[in-house]
Amino acid sequence: MLPAIAAPPQRLDQPDPLDHSFAQTYIRAYRWMLLARLTEEKLANLYRGGKVQGGVFLGKGQEAVSVAVGISLRRGDVFAPLIRDQAGRFAFGESILDCTRTYLGSRLGPMRGRDGNVHRGRPDEGMLPMISHLGAMIPVVAGTLLARKFRGQFGTVGATCIGDGGTSTGAFHEALNLAAVERLPLVVVVANNQYAYSTPNDRQFACRDLVDKAVGYGIEGHSVDGTSLADCLEVLGRAVDQARGGGGPQLVVASLLRLVGHGEHDDASYIDPALRNSSLGLDCLTLAEQHIVDSDWADGAALAAWKEDAQQQVEEAVATTTREPAPDPNEEDWCALASRHLRDGFVTE
Amino acid sequence: MITYLEAIREAQARALADDPRVYIYGQDVGAFGGAFKATKGLAKEYPGRVIDAPISEDAMIGSAIGAALEGMRPIIEVQFADFSTVGFNQVVNQAATLHWRTNIPCPITVRLPSGGTSGAGPFHSQSMEALYAHYPGLIVMTPATVEDAYSMLLEAVAIDDPVIFCEHKYLYYHLKADALPTEATPTGKARIARAGRDATIVTYSAMVHEAIACADELATEGWEIEVIDLRSVKPLDTDTVLASVARTGRLLAVGEAWPWGGVTAEIVARVATDGFGLLDVPPMRLNAKDTPVPFHPNLWGTHRPTARSIAAKLRDLLRL
Ligand SMILES: Cc1ncc(C[n+]2csc(CCOP(=O)(O)OP(=O)(O)O)c2C)c(N)n1
Ligand SMILES: [Mg+2]
Repeated sequence: MLPAIAAPPQRLDQPDPLDHSFAQTYIRAYRWMLLARLTEEKLANLYRGGKVQGGVFLGKGQEAVSVAVGISLRRGDVFAPLIRDQAGRFAFGESILDCTRTYLGSRLGPMRGRDGNVHRGRPDEGMLPMISHLGAMIPVVAGTLLARKFRGQFGTVGATCIGDGGTSTGAFHEALNLAAVERLPLVVVVANNQYAYSTPNDRQFACRDLVDKAVGYGIEGHSVDGTSLADCLEVLGRAVDQARGGGGPQLVVASLLRLVGHGEHDDASYIDPALRNSSLGLDCLTLAEQHIVDSDWADGAALAAWKEDAQQQVEEAVATTTREPAPDPNEEDWCALASRHLRDGFVTE
Repeated sequence: MITYLEAIREAQARALADDPRVYIYGQDVGAFGGAFKATKGLAKEYPGRVIDAPISEDAMIGSAIGAALEGMRPIIEVQFADFSTVGFNQVVNQAATLHWRTNIPCPITVRLPSGGTSGAGPFHSQSMEALYAHYPGLIVMTPATVEDAYSMLLEAVAIDDPVIFCEHKYLYYHLKADALPTEATPTGKARIARAGRDATIVTYSAMVHEAIACADELATEGWEIEVIDLRSVKPLDTDTVLASVARTGRLLAVGEAWPWGGVTAEIVARVATDGFGLLDVPPMRLNAKDTPVPFHPNLWGTHRPTARSIAAKLRDLLRL
């Protein structure tokens, strides 16, 4: 007879709230969320002061799901964030200077003034720079994974985020279907904030729940409460693990509300007050902070110190960026090709 | 003898053989060998590297961009150029902007079986080169010969930028050469397909052959017509065009695509702005008619330029 097992094995999908490493992950995630929130508040201020060229698009209320994506990924994975993913970008490894430099148009930023605000990335470090066209990044992430499959390279994951509105695009459908056919380790995270700009979900799709789309593609679907950091960490962690372990594409749908306008030009007056006052309208950052306090993971002094530290990072990054040179049209080479010898001389003159 | 289509197959076979980063992705390209058989036998020769795609042009081209970021050299076969509209966004907004935005190249080749054939109709006949050439960041090739179909496709795969490879379906079986070329003219260099001194026809792709047939006909009347094959419409070899017009003083730009804007308008604009003094008479253009491409051969034969309609236009030009 085999000896009886002393204690029931820990279920992987239910992190023990007393688990030390879970508390550490949670706090790390919280601090990225905090840094994202403070960075974005600063960007909003700069925008109102006329210091930002172009628009500012914020992720207030969406930090929990975003950070959970970034923190579940590893070096070597691929991440294509979208407009409301400052928290996830930080957690994946983006420096705050990449953010401020792109928003403020520094020549030293990764986009060198050629592209702005959320349209930034470092493809050679696995972070793909979004184009504006919604849905368009999903097939590109799928392609990076396809290449790895060709090379027999397994164990990495590609993740990308999209909104409820973006699920209506052909690209979303085509890419999920392709990824399912090739059984790629792709994680597509839908931040269902109930609106696409001003358009409510009942004008966007007619299915009962977006996660039901997973069944249609023959892939795994996950629902998550986007206001709960614990829930987001758990579900995203599981989805990423499953993709990494060969479980094929994963569709994660987070329910939440964006707590700002579509962009900083927008007052979001169209958002139904009943939704605002529902549990969807809770602020994931406030809830996370409360959870840390309630769990005795940190005291008020520690929380204040974290805020102070984040605020200082933001101020330093902005101060540094403001001193940097803007792009110079006379030094710009105005060549879109990598093969310079093939540029059309007549057009470029 | 080797056909234009076989040259395309051979170029892909060689690309697969020479470069492990190359793979081919498109509808029915695998065991079936492609709608036109441009990948015949390749899936068997190169297992796992010639792959059937779902009917998802956006995702096919989008995924090629992702794979290129990973260091691959994808060749995407769009079943007919016409269907590339479904993947247009990925080409013009993603592939074409990537290097400029990030300094990271995007070496993808998108093969577009292009142009009209008898009976093909509005949705299997289009010439898309001008649309793509309009966008910065793309190379647009329009080979007119078996030799160019082979060597330019190999060059397309080697180039670090996205290449739109417009191969003409009418030439697939019609055009034959004795052997594959051993040397290649570099991309960006036009070719004088037929030398002459009385007028210059500038054209590309299947229209090169209509232009040569027209020049042969006019030669019997004593006219010597120069025919320039652009080979690639972007980059466009303006120098060769201007040098020819300097010799002849007369220009006719011919294209199978529609008349509004496009390659022929670009040629006339360039010669008018940079070579106005070289012209003895106003330049002329000849294009397809401004309607969708008709299905019935009687209509199609009149919709697109032919040796006969080019000759009529040229007689006007010579009489001026
Ligand atoms: C293909 C495409 N069409 C239109 C737009 C313009 N646009 C930008 S954001 C947006 C709404 C997006 O809504 P959703 O996907 O729900 O994301 P959210 O803004 O709510 O995060 C629209 C219509 C776009 N960027 N791309
Ligand atoms: Mg939305």
